[in-house]
Amino acid sequence: MSNIKIIKAGLLTTLQDKGRFGFQQYGIPVAGAMDQYSLQLANLLVGNEVDNTALEFTLMGPTIQFEDNLTFAITGGEFQPTLNGKSIKMYQTIYAKKGDELAFSTVLNGCRGYLAIEGGFGVERIMGSQSTYLRGGFGGFEGRKLRSGDLIPLGKPTSGRSLGIRRIPKDMIPEYKSERVIRVIMGPEDNRFSKEGIETFLREEYHLSNQLDRMGYRLEGKKIQHLDGADIISGGINFGAIQVPGEGKPIIMMADHQTTGGYTKIANVISVDLPYLAQMKPEDKVTFKAITVEEAQGFFRRQVEGIRDLEKRFKENTEQTSSNEIRGRKKFNIIVNGKSYYVSVEERQ
Amino acid sequence: MELKFNFFPAGDNGIILQLGENISKEINGKIRRIVYWINESKDEFKEVIEVVPTYTTILIIYDPLQSSYGQLVRKLQAVGKLGRGQQLPPARIIHVPVVYGGDFGPDLAFVAEHNNLSEAEVIQLHKSEKYLIYMIGFTPGFPYLGGMRKEIATPRLKVPREKISAGAVGIAGNQTGIYPIESPGGWQLIGRTPLDLFNPYREPAVLFQAGDYIKFVEITRDEYIRIEDEVKQGTYHLKMSY
Repeated sequence: MSNIKIIKAGLLTTLQDKGRFGFQQYGIPVAGAMDQYSLQLANLLVGNEVDNTALEFTLMGPTIQFEDNLTFAITGGEFQPTLNGKSIKMYQTIYAKKGDELAFSTVLNGCRGYLAIEGGFGVERIMGSQSTYLRGGFGGFEGRKLRSGDLIPLGKPTSGRSLGIRRIPKDMIPEYKSERVIRVIMGPEDNRFSKEGIETFLREEYHLSNQLDRMGYRLEGKKIQHLDGADIISGGINFGAIQVPGEGKPIIMMADHQTTGGYTKIANVISVDLPYLAQMKPEDKVTFKAITVEEAQGFFRRQVEGIRDLEKRFKENTEQTSSNEIRGRKKFNIIVNGKSYYVSVEERQ
Repeated sequence: MELKFNFFPAGDNGIILQLGENISKEINGKIRRIVYWINESKDEFKEVIEVVPTYTTILIIYDPLQSSYGQLVRKLQAVGKLGRGQQLPPARIIHVPVVYGGDFGPDLAFVAEHNNLSEAEVIQLHKSEKYLIYMIGFTPGFPYLGGMRKEIATPRLKVPREKISAGAVGIAGNQTGIYPIESPGGWQLIGRTPLDLFNPYREPAVLFQAGDYIKFVEITRDEYIRIEDEVKQGTYHLKMSY
């Protein structure tokens, strides 16, 4: 089994997959990639299952040396990747050789990058997932963020065939902006806010404070008024839940959110907008727009269908490529106009 | 018996079922029934990814590609009408061995003094009850327990401790609880258990589940050392009754 070597770790680099499901009833957070959309695209490009594990890095990318030939792809924030000092493209399949060094420059847009490698990572699966849960100190690589000098074991590439160069179509590459409308579904406790409080929430602009981590985002802006206090009997929390504690400023619960909490939840960010939120930075601005559950589920369905269609297209192309693979070469000596030529012919399937 | 509940969306892949507005054994019983019949009818609820029971509500996380919000709500209501899940297996009473007092329970004297009791009386009152686990949350494996005797209720520390060992048993107001992992906290510590409440590398990672009862069983220091060793070796068998 081969490794990748972490030369520089970056700010916060962890292994994350889709997340750890089924254990919230025991107080164990889901964790997983903050930007699930970028995770899926990165995996598609290297021929992995879409919910496989990728390296998630934050604001500052890592520097990595490959200890073997491998196939990788980078998605998410615009981190200006280079391979041995030469600029490479994001959102497409890249082939690297043993000893190659991958590095990143300043992030131009977005906040988090994803590096997927064909075959995924060879770390232990804990409670069904390879995701790192930082506070709990388990999952991923030794339950922690990566450090320089770490050797991260890779999984086994499944295909053993060339994937060709896969590219994500332009219209599927997200555009990250520092101001954005984030769509939400009101509830479950919107009935605990005054009419004015709800109006404030849906009208005012909020900006992200510097208290942003994998657990939650604290927002600054106009105070949201409750009807009768901010505390409720502790209940379950979903990814994207917007809690409003007594001080009236929203807190959005992200991938590492605790499983239960006692603050009123005014609304919940819709699934397809969570990746955009995951790519925002301190000082970025959001306004919230309420839509119905049915609309949100429609957007989600279309996104999943788009990803599945792309996966199908990629697979068909790969099959074509491999059926075109060269079976053998033959050399002929032919004579044209009295001159003798050696011609090599490739035979394909 | 028909089960009635209110429901609210929690995003586009979550539903909150609300069974009541206060913390009670009766509501906990209803929640246990619903969770039980969802877990027992996996074929019928293929869209359900996970279920999180709490004091008065249940959060259901589901796959919206398999069921819309409306479809899942209708399904849940139909099953609620039939009043299914009335035949529940008996609740487990899990025995939690505890050494009370000394450096394992540095606040036992304060709890006794605060309530005009002797330390022995505090221990007696604490271990005489069985405590219902209403829910698990806050940190991995932390049980929210109900049923502590009012006579030993004690306010939290004014200044929280920076570090409390895993296994510490404490009192905060009229609640008692156990710290599953080392963390800061303001509970009055009266004892410690050698049990490993949360271990991600063990199957199951968490010893308790909502709906179980806990009974504290007083042990000596020698027994503590022996059990701690068995827990480490993975040979300790959790004692329980029904």
